[in-house]
Parts: sequence; structure tokens; C-alpha cells
Amino acid sequence: MNGVRVGSQTIAFPSCPRLIAMHTVVGKQEGQGPYAEYFHEILADDLLGQKTPEKAERQILEQTIDQALRKQGLVPQDIQYYVGGDLLNQVISTVFSARSLEVPFLGIFSACGTFSQGLGLASVLLQGGFADKVLVATSSHYQTAERQYRYPIELNVQHVSTNQHTVTGAGACVLAADGEGPKITHATFGKVVDMGLKNPNDMGSAMAPAALATLEQHLADTGRSPDYYDLILTGDLGRQGLKMLRILAEKKNLQLNNVADGGALIYGDNPKFGAGASGAACSAVMTLGYVNTQLFLGKLHKVLLIGTGAMLNQLTIQQGESIPTIAHAAAIEA
Amino acid sequence: MKPQEYQQLVKENQPPRHVWKNVLLAFLVGGAICLVGQAVLEFVSGVERTTDEAAAVTLAIMILIGSILTGLGIYDEIAEQGGAGAAVPITGFSNTITAAAMEFRREGFILGMGAKMFVIAGPVLVYGILSGFVVALIKAVVLGHF
Repeated sequence: MNGVRVGSQTIAFPSCPRLIAMHTVVGKQEGQGPYAEYFHEILADDLLGQKTPEKAERQILEQTIDQALRKQGLVPQDIQYYVGGDLLNQVISTVFSARSLEVPFLGIFSACGTFSQGLGLASVLLQGGFADKVLVATSSHYQTAERQYRYPIELNVQHVSTNQHTVTGAGACVLAADGEGPKITHATFGKVVDMGLKNPNDMGSAMAPAALATLEQHLADTGRSPDYYDLILTGDLGRQGLKMLRILAEKKNLQLNNVADGGALIYGDNPKFGAGASGAACSAVMTLGYVNTQLFLGKLHKVLLIGTGAMLNQLTIQQGESIPTIAHAAAIEA
Repeated sequence: MKPQEYQQLVKENQPPRHVWKNVLLAFLVGGAICLVGQAVLEFVSGVERTTDEAAAVTLAIMILIGSILTGLGIYDEIAEQGGAGAAVPITGFSNTITAAAMEFRREGFILGMGAKMFVIAGPVLVYGILSGFVVALIKAVVLGHF
């Protein structure tokens, strides 16, 4: 059965690819937050004894993938494609993690929205009959992201309340044509949205319009109302971005009663983390940890994940460019 | 919605900045660092013969303190509260160099630490020296030293 194009940007997956195996690993600080119980593994040392945080991120990702496969007794040979990405230049952590797997690898980048992009692409591969099992994994690490996007860790910087803190961790899952687990019913791939914002310390506000654009398009394409979903989980707008999303939605008379943001949740209200979390791992661990558990327990039935990404780098910011943003949605049902 | 409208909306909805609290904390943290500096100067003045020598030794000691606190991962915590109060004194300057040195040490001593140690402090030096030169030039012109 072929996939169905619904409306202008949405793809329906009648075969309902399923999340048959998953694993999440988070760092120490994420493990002290209110969602700690939902994550499969919490690190005692974010560096895992490695010399560099880059090495640590790779190892976290490799361990996460290994555990995800192992849980269902899978080996890399069972997987036809590995779709994944991270925040670092050339999605290098993911490339290294694919080195030892020996599985055809598709590196992708949508910054913090990479995970939902991966879910959508993996579902397309499965729906099209091009694969039986596809691995999707993303990772991020506070220390590697800080040095690439911002400043040395120990520098005397005073963070502002709209700053977001990159999640240390990784999430990996296997999507399969058959099996038991939550199913992916739709994906809506987003367009790049740029409202001309230039403040890298407020990525949430920059990303909110992209999240709304993808949400509106998804609803228009599927003919659904926001209340169709028990939870619309954006990631990672943070508190500031979520606030802007609500303001934008209100202006368009779109009632959002059940929207939450992974980045705003993961650290609780701790002001130390500014507006909350970001990072390619954030929506992965919140989806595979929290959402999956709630679907399993029957507390949630239908969830729309809208992964959002701020596509900036140090050069574009220093050269005075604005921040292009993107959001990809994936509908997940129990 | 037009980009300009949204930019305005974002501006209106920024969380409040605690300017007075920040100013007070900067004053207290910066003042505390200067107090330590003064204490060191008083102590060193008893050892060194001239005020210039005492000042130079004091600066070296303050740089050392800033550097050690950076290495221990304490200075950035102080700066998180103190803001400019921690950034402006010479301990803050020392922090920028030490933090960069620590960060880029992983890429080796030459192309990593050596090349990038001044990546944050560099502009301070360049424009510090440049503005010093300009001010000296103005002074020379005004006082008719040419």
C-alpha cells in the first residue's frame, strides 16, 4: 500500500509504522528534572570519562542505539536504514555512530527538530516498502553545543532568561513495518520560516512561527482540530517560545488547550536553565521517554510531536543574518 | 503576520529584565573583587619598594586568582550572578584567557590552545591598545608635544 499525500504538506501512513524498540539516555542535570523517571538511563558523568565532550556525545549515542536494538533482540543487520542527526557541524556525532553499525546511513539536520524529521522520513521509507526496519537516532550534548554555537564553558557569561540549555543525551528508536508499539500515522514536513529575528539568545521566539505554520498546515491538511490530539508536544520552544506560540495562535483564533513544550518541561521551572531546554536530544528523549510511557499506560492516545529547529550558526549570527527556523510534525498514536 | 509585526510582538513580550538587581549584584561582586585587590595591594606594598612594583605584583596575583577560580569552575558561577562586576576587573580578563585555553586545549597545544587562547581576550587587547594610542595622540597634540 502506498503512502497518501494529504493536502499540500502532509503524508499519511496507512500501514502505520510502529516504534518497536527505543532507548533514551540523559545527562546528570536532565536526570535531576521532573521527567527523570521516564528516561531509560541517567548518566552519572556527562563526559563518561572521555577526554573530550565530542567523544562523550558519540559514545552516548552509540550506547543508546546499542541498547535500543538489544531490547528487541535486534542486530544492525536487521536494520535497512539509519536516519539520524545531531547539532554538530557535518552531523559528525551521528556519522561516527554510523561508522561501526554498517547500516546504510542517511544523515539529516533540522537542529532541534531533527528527531521528528527522522520519524517522518523513516515512516516514508517503511510505508513505501523500501525497508522493514529503520533506526532513528539523535543526540546533543551541552558542552559540545556550547563551544560550537556559543562560548567556552568556563567563560564569564551571564545568561538571560530567554536562553535555552542544550540537553545532554540521546534517543534512539527502531521503526518497523510490523510489530508492537506506538504507530506513526502522519508526518507534516515544514517549510523554512524566517521572521527576521536575530537574537541567538531567544531562539524560542524565532521558532514559534515555524511551529505554528506546521501545526496549522497539519490541521488544514488532515481536517483535524487541535483537540483531536491529547497532547501537542512542541520541541524545543522553551517557555519564551511557547508563550509566543500561544500569542500567535490566539491572534489566529486557534484554541490550543493541550499544547506543551518538551524544552519547557524537562528541567522544570529551574531558572538556572533560562527558558528551558533545546537540543536534538530533547524532543527525542521526551517522545521516547515521556510520551511513549503515557501512550503505553493509556494516559495519552494521540500525540502530535512538532519538532522545531533554529537553523543558525556562529557565522550567520556574526554576519548579522536572521535565524531561519523549521518545524516538522509527526502524529503518534497508541 | 508580517515579519516587522512579529518582531514588534516579540519585543513587547520579552520577559522583564531585572536591571536594578543586576546593577546591584554587579556593584557588590565587582566591589568585592576590588576589595580583595586592595587587600592584596596593601599586603604587597609592605614587601615591594615602589608603588608601581606593588601594583604590578597585585595585578599578577589577581590574574592568578581569576585563573585558578576559572580552572576550578567557580568563576563562571560568580559571573552568572555578578555579570559585568565579574567581567570588568582584571580577574574577568584572566578568566577569558583561561576559559579559552581550557576549552581549546583538546585540539592540541599549538593549533588549539596556542592559537585560540586569545579568541575572547584578543579584541580587548586590540582595541585597548588602539584606543590608548589614540588618546595618547590627542594628548600629545593638545599639549603641543609635536
